[in-house]
Amino acid sequence: MKLLELQAACAAYGQSQVLWSIDMEVEQGAAVALIGRNGVGKTTLLNAIAGVQKLTGGHLKFGGEDLTATPAHGRARAGIGFVPQGRHVFPHLTVMENLTVGLAALAGRKAVKESGIASHIFDLFPKLTQIKNRKAGLLSGGEQQQLAIGRALAGQPRLLLLDEPTEGIQPNVVQQIEAALRRIRTELGVTILIVEQYLDFAWSFAEAYHVMQRGRIIRSGSTAMESASEISHLVNI
Amino acid sequence: MHESAFLIGQVFNGISVASLFVMAALGLALSFGLMRVINMAHGEMLMLGGYLAYLTLLVVPGPLGILVAMPVAFLGAAFLGGILELTVIHRLSTRPLDTLLATWGVSLILQQAARNLFGAIGVQVVAPTWLDHTISFSTGILSGLTLPDTRLFILLVAALILGGVALLINKTRLGLYVRAVNQDRPTAAALGVNARLVDLTVFALGTGVAGLAGVILALLGPVTPTVGQSYIVPAFLVVILGGLGSLVGTTIASLMVGLFTALIEIYVDVSVAQVLLLVFVILFIQIRPQGVIAVRSRALEG
Repeated sequence: MKLLELQAACAAYGQSQVLWSIDMEVEQGAAVALIGRNGVGKTTLLNAIAGVQKLTGGHLKFGGEDLTATPAHGRARAGIGFVPQGRHVFPHLTVMENLTVGLAALAGRKAVKESGIASHIFDLFPKLTQIKNRKAGLLSGGEQQQLAIGRALAGQPRLLLLDEPTEGIQPNVVQQIEAALRRIRTELGVTILIVEQYLDFAWSFAEAYHVMQRGRIIRSGSTAMESASEISHLVNI
Repeated sequence: MHESAFLIGQVFNGISVASLFVMAALGLALSFGLMRVINMAHGEMLMLGGYLAYLTLLVVPGPLGILVAMPVAFLGAAFLGGILELTVIHRLSTRPLDTLLATWGVSLILQQAARNLFGAIGVQVVAPTWLDHTISFSTGILSGLTLPDTRLFILLVAALILGGVALLINKTRLGLYVRAVNQDRPTAAALGVNARLVDLTVFALGTGVAGLAGVILALLGPVTPTVGQSYIVPAFLVVILGGLGSLVGTTIASLMVGLFTALIEIYVDVSVAQVLLLVFVILFIQIRPQGVIAVRSRALEG
């Protein structure tokens, strides 16, 4: 079953068009990697799916429903979880308060009951338990990233959008985050669309990939059928 | 009259004026912090509250009329504020300067409407008898000090409102959403917070508090179509001094402005005091442009 469908999606910043007729599908339960050089529109595409960036053309369907005209909070409530680039934790709120804001996505959902911050979030990121009363703005990059993922999970999403979750984070924490992402897939069954610069991780994590260039998807395929080295020339400078 | 009694009396007056400023400025500070809009019609919410108090007392005369008038004024001003947000401010949300102009226009319309309905001279709200006392001291160093009940009542109402809003912002889920939208609107929206609804609620709450302040103003003097104007300038000063959107900053700044005016008036007359107040604010902003409390500190936003 297709969970997310983009049909001829376009986006622009003022007069300059950034996304050109993007067609993309994400299967329920899949992990899909979005790769490409800097400035090709990966972040814009993720923002457009989350509703932070407006689509100027095309359609977005989620779970069979057309959400093209739905504002960001409506998409979150439909089950799209978002971990933005640069983490964007609320700096003056504590870790616990940040996680609580994530519960806003549960408003008006029939399938899920609100029961506070689910324990599996602290199970995935034990570090958050120790620092739950600290202001998020004072945390390290790795801690903020774990918080941003935990916060999105608090809303019990069906699809998780991750924008470079390991960017600028020290290597040992990167491994923890990658391990947590695998568990989110296998244990929680959350579908994942991830923007990722490290091809090695993208290949070991996702089963499908899309390469973007100049606002278009120029190549798509299965990570099982092709090797990362075949497309590395499209990504590396 | 003992000298220290006079000084304490002036401090008390200053705090009492400050409590009016804080109620007038609270809504301005909240909606500026959240939406970055300046509502020039905010003073007219005070006026509306005053007239609603007058009307309520016509319907419910007697000692408890003023207590009925307070929720009526709050709801009335909040309702009008909500309409203003929906019809004007939200539609101009990407054009802050136009909001300034549009709300100024609304302010003029509301003043003229009041003039047409109630006349230019103003109406009188008589304080109930239970507020008609004064506490006076006749012995000791405080001899000669008199504290009117109305002023104590203002202080009490302001403290209750401030406490209530602080609880709402810091302890409730709605308050958490307000703070989240304040800090990062797109991310809060992407997490499921209906930022539009938060805007509307906060704006209506702020105008409602101004309406309540209007009831208090009505106890102190006549309600005229321009009664809000004399309080809105100090309210803007308070918002700027306080740090544009901080609750604690707004309170401290109100006390600063109220006490400064009251104490300087011991030595100079009222109009010179106003000049010195503006000089004080200019100097303060020169030294500390972010205001008393910096809402957007870089320390937390690496």
